[in-house]
Amino acid sequence: MTQSGERDAAASTEGSGSTPVLAAQGLSKRYGPVVALRGVDLELYRGEVLGLIGDNGAGKSTLVRCLSGAEIPDSGEIRVDGRRVAFRNPLGARRAGIEAVHQTLGVVPALDIASNLFLGRERRRPGLLGTILRMLDVSEMQRAARRDVERLGIETLQDITQSVETLSGGQRQAVAVARAVAFGSKVLIMDEPTAALGVRESGQVLGAVKKLRESGLPVILISHNMPTVWELADRIQIMRLGRRIAVVTPRSHTMQEGVALMTGALNIAA
Amino acid sequence: MNETEEARGGSESAAGHGPERQAAGGQPHDIRAVGAPKRPLLHFLHRYPAAAPAIVLIIAVAVFQFLNPRLLRAQTISLMLQQLAVLGCLSIGQTVIMLTAGIDLSVGAVMIVTQMIMAELSITVGLPAWVALVIGLGFGAVAGGINGGLAAYIGLPPFIVTLGTLGVFTAIGLFLSAGTTIFFPNPSNLLLWTGNVVAFGNFHVTTGVFLMILLYLIVAYMLARTAWGRHVYAVGGSPEASQLAGIRVRSLLMSVYLLSGVLYGIGAWIQIGRVGNASTNISANLNLDSITAVVIGGTSLFGGRGVVIGTLVGAMIVQVFETGLALAGVQSFYLQFAEGLLVIGAVAIDHWIRALSTGSGRA
Repeated sequence: MTQSGERDAAASTEGSGSTPVLAAQGLSKRYGPVVALRGVDLELYRGEVLGLIGDNGAGKSTLVRCLSGAEIPDSGEIRVDGRRVAFRNPLGARRAGIEAVHQTLGVVPALDIASNLFLGRERRRPGLLGTILRMLDVSEMQRAARRDVERLGIETLQDITQSVETLSGGQRQAVAVARAVAFGSKVLIMDEPTAALGVRESGQVLGAVKKLRESGLPVILISHNMPTVWELADRIQIMRLGRRIAVVTPRSHTMQEGVALMTGALNIAA
Repeated sequence: MNETEEARGGSESAAGHGPERQAAGGQPHDIRAVGAPKRPLLHFLHRYPAAAPAIVLIIAVAVFQFLNPRLLRAQTISLMLQQLAVLGCLSIGQTVIMLTAGIDLSVGAVMIVTQMIMAELSITVGLPAWVALVIGLGFGAVAGGINGGLAAYIGLPPFIVTLGTLGVFTAIGLFLSAGTTIFFPNPSNLLLWTGNVVAFGNFHVTTGVFLMILLYLIVAYMLARTAWGRHVYAVGGSPEASQLAGIRVRSLLMSVYLLSGVLYGIGAWIQIGRVGNASTNISANLNLDSITAVVIGGTSLFGGRGVVIGTLVGAMIVQVFETGLALAGVQSFYLQFAEGLLVIGAVAIDHWIRALSTGSGRA
């Protein structure tokens, strides 16, 4: 168990003492002969943005797929607020408060913003209208959606009844974020949220991430964009070949050192 | 008009007239950021899919009324509504299926088999009419369930599935009828109820027409005001995102095909009432006519966009063309010609609207 030393190092950097909101211990996953994860740990504390970086094939995506219920790890355990959980599908993870925003947009283009925010969790009218006629409480959902969008500070989303396909890519991603946040989630995982976006639109999404941190919601941010990670993350977990090789902070290490660790040019144990 | 001016103001300001933008726009930032009507007509059509067909209907009525003033007589209108009832009913089911990005080529065949089953059970077997009706509706549901099961659970393309069941059900219908027509000796048979006439002055409207309108209202409500309806649009627009949102996509698709099957069964009931007997000599065009009505009515072939009331308007357009051209003394192939143009026009508009979703992000 070579990881134990690293875990101590991670704990010493920040947030020590409190229970992680989300923790993984010794997660392993293999696809046939390919070993994607070799006993990976991860701790995410309240109110922090944890950057997750690594070269292609380092295991970042497999790790977050395990954390968000899209994959079932072969071994290891996941804890939410210290309690052990076992997700069998994304819905299970969502019920535990873990929401994921993917690079490919998880919104329905033809529906309006409010409908997208409440998709799969619609609210019905109180009384007989709701129970017998199954009538949706459209105005209440729109009011709640407007509130959620305002809280995120996405002021460019003015008309909540506008269909999502008329929005720009950044705005759509903002809807996906708002959607993930709207349901009292404990953890938000963002897998390359800006990869498909232009510079200005990326700025909108990253602004939303900052707002989330201010509100105390912890975020795991996966990105190939090093300046973005160094700007936003409180701590940065670096992965290589299915292992966590280091947890650094933007203050303790420069971007160049981070990339060197990522590619194996530098070894933190040294 | 207003929106056009605002949009123009916005684009000018983008070109560098900063102060003007502050003065003119009020909230110029919002206008640009929301991507609001740079192309107001396009946005209008996008938001109200039934608007374009409604305009076409009004123009068609005006033109044919001008050509022959008999069009808007009570008698003609009554007749048109009666002829509309069956196609209108079938097209409801077709609409819901097409909203999920599916298609049903077997509509007419299912309807024909269902009416043969209802008539055989009531007349030949001698079951009470209401039992025959219920079993017939049940068969409609089973037929829809077969289509839905193959499409949703096996994952076969709905086009191919329903092309197959079109053949199968057509054959079953011919087998059941053996080429004969089943007549109803007792005019008070429940199966003929949909043909009862309610008179309002000179207007003679059958109960089948009211039944059809009621079904439109019910399904319109389900689509617009229930979670099930939202999920129909969501699954049609993006099955992957729907799955991620926790919608059980397969059972939703199944529910859509089952509902459509029941609607085809009610269509069969209306058909029996309208002609007073049951036979397989019904226009085989019903399959394609229902698709025509849905497409003209503004529902996208690619799913996720459209309203059921638009389909009613689409079916009315087809009916007005049919009756109008006949009244104008024009040969019947012009009807097919006109319908063809309408379908192409409707699909072109849909294509144009779809460009909005891919275009505005970059604009």
